[in-house]
Amino acid sequence: MVKNSLGRWIPESFLGKPLIPYNDPFSLQPDSRHASRALRRVNPQDDKLLPTLREAIQACDLRDGMTIATHHHLRNGDALLELVVKEIDALGLRDIRIASSSVHPVHASLIPYIHKGVITVLECGVNGPIGQQISTGELQCPVVVRTHGGRARAIISGQVQVDAAFIAAPTCDCYGNMNGYFGPSACGSLGYAHTDALYAKKVVAVTDNLVPYPAAPIAIPQTLIDYVVPVQTLGNPQKIVSTTTRITTDPVGLQIARNASLVIEASGLLDHGFAFQTGSGGISLAVADQVKRLMRQRQIKGSFGCGGITGYFVDMLEEGLFEALMDVQCFDIRAVESIGRNRNHLEISADMYANPFNAGAVVNRLDCVILGATEVDINYNVNVNTESTGYLLHNTGGHSDTAAGAKLAIIVAPSMRGRLPIIRNEVTTVTTPGDTVDVIVTERGIAVHDRHPELQKELARRQAPLKDIHQLHKEILATTGKPRPLEFTDNVVGLIEYRDGSIIDVVRQIKE
Amino acid sequence: MGGFKLRRSLLYVPGNMPSMLQNIPIFQCDGVIIDLEDAVPLSEKDAARVLVRNFLQGYQDRNKEILVRINPLDSKWGLADLQEVLPAFPDGIRLPKADTQEIVERLDTLLTEFEEELGVEIGRFKILPSIESAQGVINCIRIARSSTRVFALAFGAEDYTASLEIERTKSGEELFAARTRVIWAARAAGIQAIDSIFADAADMDGLRKETQLIKTLGFTGKSLVNPRQIEVVHDVFAPKQEEIDYALQVVEAIQRAREMGTGVIALHGRMVDAPVVKRAVRVLKTAQAHGMVDIDLDDEVIYGQE
Repeated sequence: MVKNSLGRWIPESFLGKPLIPYNDPFSLQPDSRHASRALRRVNPQDDKLLPTLREAIQACDLRDGMTIATHHHLRNGDALLELVVKEIDALGLRDIRIASSSVHPVHASLIPYIHKGVITVLECGVNGPIGQQISTGELQCPVVVRTHGGRARAIISGQVQVDAAFIAAPTCDCYGNMNGYFGPSACGSLGYAHTDALYAKKVVAVTDNLVPYPAAPIAIPQTLIDYVVPVQTLGNPQKIVSTTTRITTDPVGLQIARNASLVIEASGLLDHGFAFQTGSGGISLAVADQVKRLMRQRQIKGSFGCGGITGYFVDMLEEGLFEALMDVQCFDIRAVESIGRNRNHLEISADMYANPFNAGAVVNRLDCVILGATEVDINYNVNVNTESTGYLLHNTGGHSDTAAGAKLAIIVAPSMRGRLPIIRNEVTTVTTPGDTVDVIVTERGIAVHDRHPELQKELARRQAPLKDIHQLHKEILATTGKPRPLEFTDNVVGLIEYRDGSIIDVVRQIKE
Repeated sequence: MGGFKLRRSLLYVPGNMPSMLQNIPIFQCDGVIIDLEDAVPLSEKDAARVLVRNFLQGYQDRNKEILVRINPLDSKWGLADLQEVLPAFPDGIRLPKADTQEIVERLDTLLTEFEEELGVEIGRFKILPSIESAQGVINCIRIARSSTRVFALAFGAEDYTASLEIERTKSGEELFAARTRVIWAARAAGIQAIDSIFADAADMDGLRKETQLIKTLGFTGKSLVNPRQIEVVHDVFAPKQEEIDYALQVVEAIQRAREMGTGVIALHGRMVDAPVVKRAVRVLKTAQAHGMVDIDLDDEVIYGQE
């Protein structure tokens, strides 16, 4: 065990590989080259179309101990990952690693396959029951949680080698040209799948909407795809994209949003060329709505909106408030419709979005990002992976990437959830280091990191509810009381990998 | 500042709900009315009182005016409400069904007794009488002058329309005469006038229209049922930039006048005297609350040395 710079104890190795303890967000340098795969040749008479997933798995020559990947653009509506694992099991394969871009609650259906030894490692973060069971020790399956940019980096650098990528393709032709814009399982951008298509040893496009050649527009081209498999359905469209994402109506949430927009206004960043990212949560959308109003009022022409894209950002693009949208993932139906028709609504890969080890990711160009948290601490460290119960319930997403990239990373969170304080002395798990977090906004006040004295001064001048983080912490504890600390065993069940590959924290089994 | 206090928004908070009480400090309203009356079911009257007292005792950094709406004094809970919450020092009491001057005077006497018992300055607890019946509207002129504790009259349209056995409409024609009379009564007594709630928390356009109307009529603020309504009401009450600019000129002019030893001066050919200054100060105070100006108003300069 060694202590990283945030005081977290990190094992020296995990799954037989040595670990690099996190030190700081920007100085770790890459020491490898791009991963490579064998060249291939497809001749005019060759047919890529295969009738079943099973034949595709065999064609990929998948063996025990190998790694597969899917993307999570179908989110909680995804049926593909389970279909693939089911076939892998039927073929008698064991000890398979999953390196998907994320795993959702719907994938609780994989639990029996983990018990059975079909799947033994998750090279990706998890949302929902799988993580919870891993935290309690009920499920034995080591997890490596990565950021979106970190996953792209791990695959491009060869740290994670995907043997077979199964890419859900909402629209696809028989030669593998695909997009996510149309079809019954339309999900919009396929941003997380681009890296898989470029680096996996074998790439299988799976579609429930096989169209005549060529599928247009082309988001991922035929030159990267080995096989095409038509299936009945890729998932449940109702759960793939939300029909609407809505601004919160909760007065506390709205108060947080109002405070956050005070910060953006006071930051001086809200000017021509403004680049902005928010999530799809109700509070984030309320902030986006306030920002929209301010931009309109001041006739500001922004540069781009980024990240998971919602209808709110689409409106801003169409109103001319942004030059373009940089879209790695569509969150709602209006975003999906927009990316299919608007040339300034750009599909970007996870690599371009957030990988720290390329010649410059989009997150580096962000002025301001609004992010959530399950907990924050007095050192501005943020947890999004575990909850105050200690359960590993959420994937990191682009959290650490955008916080590192943006000039101003603003965390919005209610000061308490249920009876638990959200500001802690120490977060249960560090996802995103305080080195990259600038402001914490709650309904009870705004805490600005001391590295921004100008912003502190400006907010004070504007009579914003500015508070020292310690004071805010104390105030919240006065209402909630101090919760009893959680107890963990020494058993490390998961790693929280920082975007550069160093280990920022680990997840330990809960003592029950 | 000549006793001027902004009361654009007085938010009702049910006294029996801890989750809502604990959020009182975070909202931007000028005041809250913690409700022990209509919002609290009969079975929870006792518990709510204790909850409110405990909350107020813990709420040390008061950042807004705190009123408690007690049950009517002729009900079996009214007096007990006072006994429980006054030791936790709310700023005042919103008195429901303040139909006559005598009812307010009775509360005044009770408050004096509590103040003596608690050893605090007499007059510390303020009174906001609710004018919410035909009788109340008829008597409001005397009610406004019934006690020096009364800082405003609050009009209650829901109970008022019920007492008239009529429907309350969103356009509010049926309220016009009563509202006007309440404003006259309040203004003649030199106090503020607070308008009724707007019950539909989802209809922001309706709320905006009604707030514009009551601002035009002369109300200084409004009672609210949902925190989301605060922003709209403040927005309507926000002074216009021209008003602020003119007010700043007035204050500058009167400061010049004071230096010359007079209380009257001409500005753009128009006389600036006490009432003009008073209005300007009100505009600037409101503007300051909206963060639209950042100035330090010196009472002595504005009103002259005593």
